[in-house]
This record gives sequence, structure tokens and C-alpha cells, in this order.
Amino acid sequence: MTTATAVAPTAAHLDPRRREKTAAVARRCLTRVATAVLVLLGAATVVFGVQALMPGDRATLLLNTSTGQAVERTEAELAPINARYGFDEPLVVQYLSFVGGLVRGDLGTSYQLHSPVTEVIVEQLVPTVQLAGGALVVAWLISLVTVLLTAGRGRTVTALGSGLEALSASLPHYWLGVILLVVFAVHLRWFPVMGGSDLATSVLPVLTLAIPLAGFLGQATRDEFERVLQQPFVTSARARGMSETGVRLRHVLRHAVIPPITLSGWALGALLSGAVIVESVFSRPGLGQVLVSAVNARDLPVVAGVVVFVALVYVVANVLVDLAYTAVDPRRRAA
Amino acid sequence: MTTTTRTGRTRLPRGRARHPGVVPVVSVAVLTFVAVAALQPALLTSGDPTAIQLARALQPPSFAHLLGTDQSGRDLYTRIVYGARESLTIGLGATALAMGIAVLLGFLAGLGGRVVDRLVGAALEVTFAFPVMLLALLLVAVRGPSSTTLIIAVGVGSAPGYARMVRGQVLAVRQEAYVEAACALGHGRARVVAQHVFPNAVRPLLALFTLGIGQSIVWASGLAFLGMGVAPPAAEWGALLEAGRMYITHAWWLEVMPGLAIVLVAVAATSLGRTLQKSLEGADR
Repeated sequence: MTTATAVAPTAAHLDPRRREKTAAVARRCLTRVATAVLVLLGAATVVFGVQALMPGDRATLLLNTSTGQAVERTEAELAPINARYGFDEPLVVQYLSFVGGLVRGDLGTSYQLHSPVTEVIVEQLVPTVQLAGGALVVAWLISLVTVLLTAGRGRTVTALGSGLEALSASLPHYWLGVILLVVFAVHLRWFPVMGGSDLATSVLPVLTLAIPLAGFLGQATRDEFERVLQQPFVTSARARGMSETGVRLRHVLRHAVIPPITLSGWALGALLSGAVIVESVFSRPGLGQVLVSAVNARDLPVVAGVVVFVALVYVVANVLVDLAYTAVDPRRRAA
Repeated sequence: MTTTTRTGRTRLPRGRARHPGVVPVVSVAVLTFVAVAALQPALLTSGDPTAIQLARALQPPSFAHLLGTDQSGRDLYTRIVYGARESLTIGLGATALAMGIAVLLGFLAGLGGRVVDRLVGAALEVTFAFPVMLLALLLVAVRGPSSTTLIIAVGVGSAPGYARMVRGQVLAVRQEAYVEAACALGHGRARVVAQHVFPNAVRPLLALFTLGIGQSIVWASGLAFLGMGVAPPAAEWGALLEAGRMYITHAWWLEVMPGLAIVLVAVAATSLGRTLQKSLEGADR
């Protein structure tokens, strides 16, 4: 890695070398995308496998779920269901039609809502994306500001900053959400207690989701930030008369954001899991609510569809993070 | 030594490292209290967790009822103490299951040769595509809600992360000089694995196990909070939270107190796990 850093600036101007490097980057991207597709196929297989392992008869479950009953069914009742959904086909055939459906964007039909799962997901996607996206931005802001202000500023301030991060990282969403609700909605009445997904009702859910994540991101940033503060180039920037704020913003920050960027792919998964709970705490519409009610009703196609969809988002996000990482850190381009 | 410390233990909060005395003691005290509550709840409270007294419904915390009462006048402190057994069982069970799967997969990958390692690696890569919570919800949907489902869901969901660590540990231990020496002495493969690789690769898991209990309790309560746990009156802490949700506008203690119990146990287990991790790492070097 160190040799690559030394070579990179001069090599960038030489044409053949540069072409070689572009080819290497393209190869890297291709391999990454191919692995991602394989991982997704694996994920779909797991989801199918878990469903196939389900105890009891699926046709009975389907009938009972769609009619809201819990009774034994006769052969005559079950036969048309089995034929229509292909439950009596061999597993291999069922698997192939499941995967084939996924490729075409067809996730099956909800037992409970009687509409295509893809439609259900698309309808509920917007509020969840707003929630998770808002939380990601807020979490980055909180963690960067805390680290910039408290890292390497003497024992007490540093201990205060890292203590806050450790505390917020360990707060479960359901508890934090409830506390924010009790304090800011019930007692201070600054925000509505429950409701839709407009701006006023979004403040508390976004904060609930953002605060624990900010703790995690902050811990990762802080460690790297303090390490970079010791580096020779920081000393040399200071020696040139650069202000402390300038050094922190221009030199240290750029290095310190690399660990949290790698974490951001994981963070997205954490945000989507968290969204399930946060939407439930604040009775907010979204994918999480759809998932929870589907799990409670044992509406398998919806549960499987949402899980596959989230796996897709998660995998794509991790590919993007990997590529973003390459963009921020020039050393990775040569590798 | 300083550089190794810095790279090897970056996750340790600095404040804690300077006072090694207080935090572990408090953590052990919290965990002991909860363990007693789980084993002998009658030692910690004279009340009955199911005694309904409608005249005393929804009372705020006071000397008579330290943490207040619920909608049926049941004492919340008593209910939390009696709920400890269910919460701890789920936390311990899920972590033990996760560790069992992780050790199995980790050793398979670490010792089974290239092909097995690749296969296990691919399987782990696939499970990492699911956030733990979603995998758990899928399992609940398939199996229906119960304590066993919660244990399986959280255990299976968190196993891949541990498996990756065990694999790394096995690979690292294999390179150690004492393993090489044992091989050079002509000891058989099985004996080297049993005598040297296994104990040394598994020892760090003790700390991980403690860390994992806290996390498992948080996840399992999260699922219970969503209404996927044990049916009342088995008052698991997450189920208490779920039951109190309807009264949030006039009885904050029903939500805040059980949550506080979860957070206290989780933080105590986590910080104790970190202390253990640190001392085990110290012993290795």
C-alpha cells in the first residue's frame, strides 16, 4: 500500500499506465457486482428454504390467513389452493418459479391483502426511505460535529465525547423512542404523539433512529481521528501556520471518515431493522409496519418479499460503499 | 506494545480503561441482582406479580410501589423481578445457540481445508445480506411466536458474526509456534486440535459470550416489543414494554422502567465482556 501511494501521483499522468489502472478498476467493479448477484441468489435461496421448512400445511395456513379463521380444512377445500399456488409441485419446481419470479420483479401475492407483494412494497417504501435517509444524514452530522469538537481536546472533553457515544450506541430504539415520546410529545407537547409521516411527526422518529447510529459512527470516526492527529502531515500543516479548525476540517477529517464510510453499508441494515421498531413505536406508516403486521398474520409472501427486498438494498448499498471507498481513498484504486 | 494496543483494541472506550476498578464491580453487581431475580425472585420482593388490585391501577412510582403499578394495579417492580427469568433465559439461550453454531462453522472453515472454507465463507456472506432483525422476523413468521422461536431467531440471526470471528481465531491459532511445535513433535492432528487449537481459539469467546448476552436480550426484547414474544402473564421485559404502550400518555413508568432494566443489563454485560476481553488479550501477550 505504501509503495502504491508513492507511485500514484506520478503514474496518473502516464497514458498506458493510466489505461491499465482503469482496466483494473473496471475489473474490480465487475467482480464486485458478480459476487453481489451470487449473494442475492443465495439470499433468495435462504428465504425459500426457510419457508419450505415451515411446519404445517401451507394451503391450510393460506386459507386461514386470507379468511381470518383457524380451522381444519378438507381435501376438497385445499386441492384448488394447492393447484393454484403449486404447493403440490416438487420443491425444485417451486424453487425455480420463486427465483424466476424474483428476476421478473414478481414477489408473489399477499395472502392477507390479496394484492401483489411488489405493489405493497412500492406503496409503503417512501415513508421508510425518508425515515432511514433522514436518520443517516442526521447521524453523520451528529457524529462529525461531536468528533470535531471533542476529539483530542484534552482528557475531560474527550472522555465526555466518547462516553456520550458509548451511551447512545447502547440505547435500544424502542426505549429511546419511548423516552423521546414521553418527554417531547406527552409532557412538553412540542410534537404530536402519533400519526403520519409529515415533517413535524418525523422529527422524533428520525432522531430515535439517528442517535444510536451516531454513537456507532462517532466511535469509529473518533479512533481514526485521534490516530490521524498524530500523523506527521498534521504537524507539518500546523507548522505552515494553519489554524486548528483548518487542520481538523481539511486534513484530519478526510482520513477519519473512511472507517464510518465502510460502516455505512452495515448502517443501512441497522437503519432498516431499526425502522421496523421505530415505525411501530410512533405508529408511522411504512415498510416496517407492513412487515410486522405480515409477520403477525403469517402472511408469508409479504414477509419473504420484504426480506428479499431489504437484502437487495443492503447488497447494492454495500457495493456502492465499496466503490465510494475507492473514490475517497486513492490508495485503493491502485490495489 | 503501544501500537499493538492501539490497533488491537480500538473499540475500548478510553474513559473506562483508566478506571478498571469501578465499572466491572457495578456490572457484576447488576448482573448478580438479575441472576438472583431469575433464580429466586421471592428473595427480592414479597409481592405477587399477578396480584390484581384495580383500586391501585396506574399509580406513579412511590414508596409503596417503587416503580409504580400497571393498569391492573400489579406492582411493576415485582413484575420486572419475576420477568428476569424469562428475559435471561432467552438471552442466554440465544447466545449459547449462536456460539454453538459459530464454533461449529468456524472450526469447519478454519480446519476443513480450502474448499470447506470457501463454502462456509460463501454461506456466511449470504447471511450477512440480511440484517439480524429481518432474519429473526422471517423465522417468527414461519414458526409462530413463542419463547423458543425468539431464542432460535436471535441465535441464528447473530451466529454468522461470531462464526467469522471464530474462523479468524482458529486460523490465527494455527499459525502459533506452540501448534507448530506440537506438530513437529509428531502429535496427531486430532490431538493437536483438541489440546492446543480448541482451547486457545475458544477462550476469547468467553468475553464474546458475555458481550453477546446483552445484545441478545436487546434483540429479543425488541421482537417481544413488536408483539412476537411470550403471551402474558409470563412477564418478559419486552412483553412488559409492549403491554405498557397503550398507556404511554398517562403512565410513563410502564415504558421507562422495563426499558431501563433491559438497558442496565445490556450495558453491564457489554462492559463486563469488554473488561474480560481486555484481560484475556493481556494474558495472551
